[in-house]
Amino acid sequence: MKHRYFLLFVVLCLFFSINLNAQVVDKFLQNSHISGDFEFDGMYYNKDSLIGAPDVPQKALMNSFVNVNYTNGPFAAGFRFENYLYGLEGYDPRYKGVGVPYKYISFEKDKFTVTVGNSYDQFGSGLIYRSWQDFSLGYDNSLNGLNVKFRPWKGITLKGIWGLQRFYFALSPGVIRGGDAEFSINDIFTKLNNKNLRVTVGGSFVSKYQDASDPVYTLPKNVCSYAGRASISYKNFSINGEYAHKINDPSAINNRIYKPGEATLIQATYAKKGMGFYLAAIRTDNMSYKTDRDASGSDLNINYIPAITKQTTYSLPAMYPYATQPNGEFGVQAQTIFSFKRKSALGGKYGTFFSITYSQYNNIDKQKINDVTPIDSTGTLGYKSDFFKIGKEVNYQNFNIEFSKKFTHTFKMILSYFYINYNTKVIEGHDLPNIYSHTGVADLTFNINDKNSIRTELQYMYTTQGDGSWAYAMVEYTIAPKWFFSLSDQYNYGNPVTAKQIHYFGVATAYAIGSTRISLNYGRQRAGIFCVGGVCRFVPAANGLTLTLTSSF
Amino acid sequence: MKTIFLSISLFFLSLSLLFAQENNQANGVLGLKKIPSVELKTLDGKTINTADISNNGKPIIISFWATWCKPCVNELTTIADVYPDWQKETGVKLIAVSIDDMKTSGNVKTTVNGKNWDYEVLLDVNSEFKRAMNVNLVPHTFVINGNGEIVWQHTSFSQGSELTLIDIVRKVAKGEKVN
Repeated sequence: MKHRYFLLFVVLCLFFSINLNAQVVDKFLQNSHISGDFEFDGMYYNKDSLIGAPDVPQKALMNSFVNVNYTNGPFAAGFRFENYLYGLEGYDPRYKGVGVPYKYISFEKDKFTVTVGNSYDQFGSGLIYRSWQDFSLGYDNSLNGLNVKFRPWKGITLKGIWGLQRFYFALSPGVIRGGDAEFSINDIFTKLNNKNLRVTVGGSFVSKYQDASDPVYTLPKNVCSYAGRASISYKNFSINGEYAHKINDPSAINNRIYKPGEATLIQATYAKKGMGFYLAAIRTDNMSYKTDRDASGSDLNINYIPAITKQTTYSLPAMYPYATQPNGEFGVQAQTIFSFKRKSALGGKYGTFFSITYSQYNNIDKQKINDVTPIDSTGTLGYKSDFFKIGKEVNYQNFNIEFSKKFTHTFKMILSYFYINYNTKVIEGHDLPNIYSHTGVADLTFNINDKNSIRTELQYMYTTQGDGSWAYAMVEYTIAPKWFFSLSDQYNYGNPVTAKQIHYFGVATAYAIGSTRISLNYGRQRAGIFCVGGVCRFVPAANGLTLTLTSSF
Repeated sequence: MKTIFLSISLFFLSLSLLFAQENNQANGVLGLKKIPSVELKTLDGKTINTADISNNGKPIIISFWATWCKPCVNELTTIADVYPDWQKETGVKLIAVSIDDMKTSGNVKTTVNGKNWDYEVLLDVNSEFKRAMNVNLVPHTFVINGNGEIVWQHTSFSQGSELTLIDIVRKVAKGEKVN
């Protein structure tokens, strides 16, 4: 061991003592760029059994990471160092300890981009392959291996991937191999460069391999999937779609049925200055795709099925979000946003904005494969499903209308209404009735002067199911661009259990300078997406003092 | 044990790089970071390489945002009111990079048009550009000088922050040093 360190020392000394041409060194350094980002999330926990915040034996927990990227012309390398000592409540306990789970080297040469190590990528809309990472969600399925991009001709992009997935601080049991090709027709043929009609087509193929030795069933060791897509745009109109197919893949998620899977996603948009319409539909059928057939939850996903519902960051309507049902669902979303111009009758001095969004998810139609086999029976084809027949069960409904207007130089208002129908049984798996909620939000900003402003958020949610009705009030004071202070209370006054009619008080302050931001929060937090002091993040249920530090360099 | 040792040394190495970088930038040993190369789609489906972003030697603002991020939408709406004046005065161009993934990326075009924004919009659906630019949280705003170098960045938005931003852009437009 000692010899090895000594050798390393000698090599380093040699490296630094080599008499290099000063100009070469200067040029090398001038082209060298180091950048990175850092985050620290630490929390001191108070026991609070009333809100379901557990007694944390360590008292304080933390998650943190540093990302470092080095680039020099066509060459790049980097790594992410992660700490979970111990990981914050609400994160998977397998995030424990320290490590460097992300590291890569990449270079561009002769129309090739080669990345060795960890990479993130997405084929088309991700229906058969997406590797991505979100630290605040505790999600990372980066591919550890090889990622090659090749652009032989303008408008043609070919991609190849081969590797294992990150699985907390370990690697996936199965290996992924895949390729993707995309052709932008207008870029390939110079004649079509400036045409109004633009067409892009693409296709991808992914295969996973996992060993199998089941005493009863013959399990497929190689499971392949393929997808085709097209997007067409003409002036203000655009439409794109993708269809994906996966061969039989019995897994813990689908109760080990041998039915193939498929997914279809279609999106259409019409938009011009001052208005936009958007329509989307998604149908998925048995499309869970993982590198471990025994994995559960969101572990080891190879693909990504988006939930096309309105995402809101107002805390009360965000209480009941939709979660993708990998075994099958049919969803639609329609949205329109429009504005009345400045100085028109309805627009006033600064213009007026409206947005209306509706989304709904149903299950898919499922019929028995024969008279004697129940639906989803292990070792069978599971069920039959008619593509055009929508299931009767409503999983989720969300209607939102939002009005926003700047009245004067000093006063701005956003009014928003949400209707949510949340199928607890489907989304959470609890045998409880649906939750029907109506929420009103008033978001008011008063500018005292150029630098000082007060913003207040008033929210009221009415429901007779679940935890009952809630009220929320928040006031924040900001001194731009550095200081921020806020006080908030979320009150579950309508909880059917009197002892659970709880106040969730919160106090927060933040200081931002350049790309560094430090914030302190004290109080009770209910699980959900929270937006505080100008940024948004996911926070699990807890009571205590949180310190967050983020920085980029 | 070995892994922990390695990890800790890497941690300190990265921290020392952080400070070394700042010192070196002041001394001009390491060059300023330029916009890294990532391929992104525009709203009408064209592919562009971020390393090719330019504005004829005038300053550029790159703002990372998402449709679900209220402060981001607030920032871009606030700037939209004064954007024509900013452009006239400094020649600045704002590029709004949406980090919406497939869940909400379909809502980007409706939002941009519905809100009457005149920005160039790029879709970073798998956060590739976000990672390359070392963005943790949105909104995160960068100012790029005429040579394509990143000279200033800021995270979070509160009413009035846009005044600081335009002050920086003015300095950059005049070729003055920022901080």
